[in-house]
Amino acid sequence: MSQTVFAPWENPTEKPLIQFKNVTKRFGDFTAIDDLTQDIFAREFFALLGPSGCGKTTMMRMLAGFEAPTQGQIFIAGQDMAKIPPNKRAVNMMFQSYALFPHLSVWENIAFGLKREGKDKDTIAARVEEMLRLTRLSKFAKRKPHQISGGQRQRVALARSLAKAPKLLLLDEPLGALDKKLRQDTQFELMDIQEKTGTTFVIVTHDQEEAMTVASRVAVMDEGQIIQVATPAQIYEAPNSVYVADFIGDVNIISGRAKPNGEKVATQWAEGQPDIIGTTATKFDAGQEIHFAIRPEKVAISTEEPQDAANRVRGRVLDIAYLGNISTYHVELPTGHVIKAQTANTRRLSRRQITWEDPVWLSWTDTAGVLLER
Amino acid sequence: MRRFILIAVPYLWLAALFLIPFVIVLKISLSDVALARPPYMPQLDFAAGWDGFKSFFAALDFENFWFLTTDDLYWKAYLSSLRIALTSTVMTLLVGYPIAYAMARAAPEWRPTLLMLVILPFWTSFLIRVYAWMGILSNEGLLNQFLLWLGVINEPLTILNTNTAVYIGIVYTYLPFMILPIYSALERLDDSLLEAAEDLGCSRLSAFWLVTIPLSKNGIIAGCFLVFIPVIGEFVIPSLLGGSGTLMIGKVLWEEFFSNRDWPVASAVAVILLLILVIPIILFQRNEQKQREAEG
Repeated sequence: MSQTVFAPWENPTEKPLIQFKNVTKRFGDFTAIDDLTQDIFAREFFALLGPSGCGKTTMMRMLAGFEAPTQGQIFIAGQDMAKIPPNKRAVNMMFQSYALFPHLSVWENIAFGLKREGKDKDTIAARVEEMLRLTRLSKFAKRKPHQISGGQRQRVALARSLAKAPKLLLLDEPLGALDKKLRQDTQFELMDIQEKTGTTFVIVTHDQEEAMTVASRVAVMDEGQIIQVATPAQIYEAPNSVYVADFIGDVNIISGRAKPNGEKVATQWAEGQPDIIGTTATKFDAGQEIHFAIRPEKVAISTEEPQDAANRVRGRVLDIAYLGNISTYHVELPTGHVIKAQTANTRRLSRRQITWEDPVWLSWTDTAGVLLER
Repeated sequence: MRRFILIAVPYLWLAALFLIPFVIVLKISLSDVALARPPYMPQLDFAAGWDGFKSFFAALDFENFWFLTTDDLYWKAYLSSLRIALTSTVMTLLVGYPIAYAMARAAPEWRPTLLMLVILPFWTSFLIRVYAWMGILSNEGLLNQFLLWLGVINEPLTILNTNTAVYIGIVYTYLPFMILPIYSALERLDDSLLEAAEDLGCSRLSAFWLVTIPLSKNGIIAGCFLVFIPVIGEFVIPSLLGGSGTLMIGKVLWEEFFSNRDWPVASAVAVILLLILVIPIILFQRNEQKQREAEG
């Protein structure tokens, strides 16, 4: 039996848990969210990714009920949320600052929401213990928030927001305050907890690596609009625009004019240089402006001219960024373009054969890059 | 050596401004009243040498403290002072908290102005401000004229020279001491805590009770002590705004001192007052210390 891939967004009969319908949010003259429509499905780990001020936090605050849309509607489980205050929503939020109550112990912080529901003592105690175990905090139950470390505080915030077993958990830059190593561990922990509890997570982040690691789908936002929504792999391999390609990871962009030729499209990009051959599913008109985007790791670098590559250009090494496991070569072409090529450092540094100012060849296949209209 | 000087400065300060005056007052309280200048006995005679010392200490006794227990005026005055101080502290809190809350919630660019307005009354003399209240509260005063003009009352209300006037005066005078510590606690309150409380199922009101009040607790305690401690010994407000029925220990002390010229009894009253005040002062210090530890 083959395992089914989790992709409710591809199933037209699936009912979304969250629906944004033509939502616009303005603060005075500033439009934070501009006519946005988006579905999010149950059990998804949905990431809102974008630079600061792109509207991702506003979207989340509207889901929590702290902001109301200026226009449009938001539905959660089919219910219009317009008139429902934050304390009546089956939605909990993990705040960027964690917002732990400093006058309450870890235990009391986690129990806070349960007590408001008026549950009896034993049920509350059992649930808090369960949350403490889930987040490995049992030892710290009696401590106050200022007596524990940043990583532990972050887990308390998570436990507190999960305690009421919300339909939807919102995470606002949850790992921003942690150092890199702890952040990576916590990302996997988050995914684990999401899977165990079956809660729908919506995470806001400006860290593309974080979004790629945890999310089932990533929405790349800019200026109040969602530019692309897709799985991390699709976003990386098949960005729909220069903006997305540039925002996620490192990329080389070469702009030129399209010269369609059946399945293949040639890009005329500079006088006296061979056209770049690429494959695309989209139709391009002859002479249309086109952007060729290719990731550095898909560009091969060599001292000899490669014979069988679909595309190859000559250049000179301008700079080498040594990152330990990989090196990025900045290669200047005669046209003045600088192309980044990345290779894994499978050999020791002293045996490296390419160095500064060396003339080199860059090459890539005709399927390595993507052709973009905008 | 340098460290020693640094530590010595505050102790010298304390000795000069608190310890020495206290020892003098204590000594007077143990003396006997006399028709002399100064009006008490014994005086320390350095010329008589060691015998002078001995006769000096032999003449000191607790007679005046004993006297305080024989007349019920004194303990009634202490009790009445405590009651007035307690009541007016609660009233100042009830008036001050909403003001501090509104200030902390105001737009950040307004806060310095509002803070300024709270401190502004200190720029005029305290006495003048209390006299101004006499003008407002008297039978022909502004308040009565205004209420008569409105038609709310037919006869002028007697407010001046009653306890009501004393309460009004105390609340007015000590309000900034209540507002400032509460404001500073509320201003530091992180808005996301209130959002978190709402997110976890609190209504606005219960979020206020469960988050805002506990987190401004230290400000409330500090403000209450800053009002309660000086009000117990308050003399000017009860003597200017209060009537003959207003019994406060500050007034009793003043009368013993200036009307009866009985310095030893007045000093005994002052020593007891200080002993009563030591308890809330220690509690206040402990609260401050706890707060510092929690923040550190």
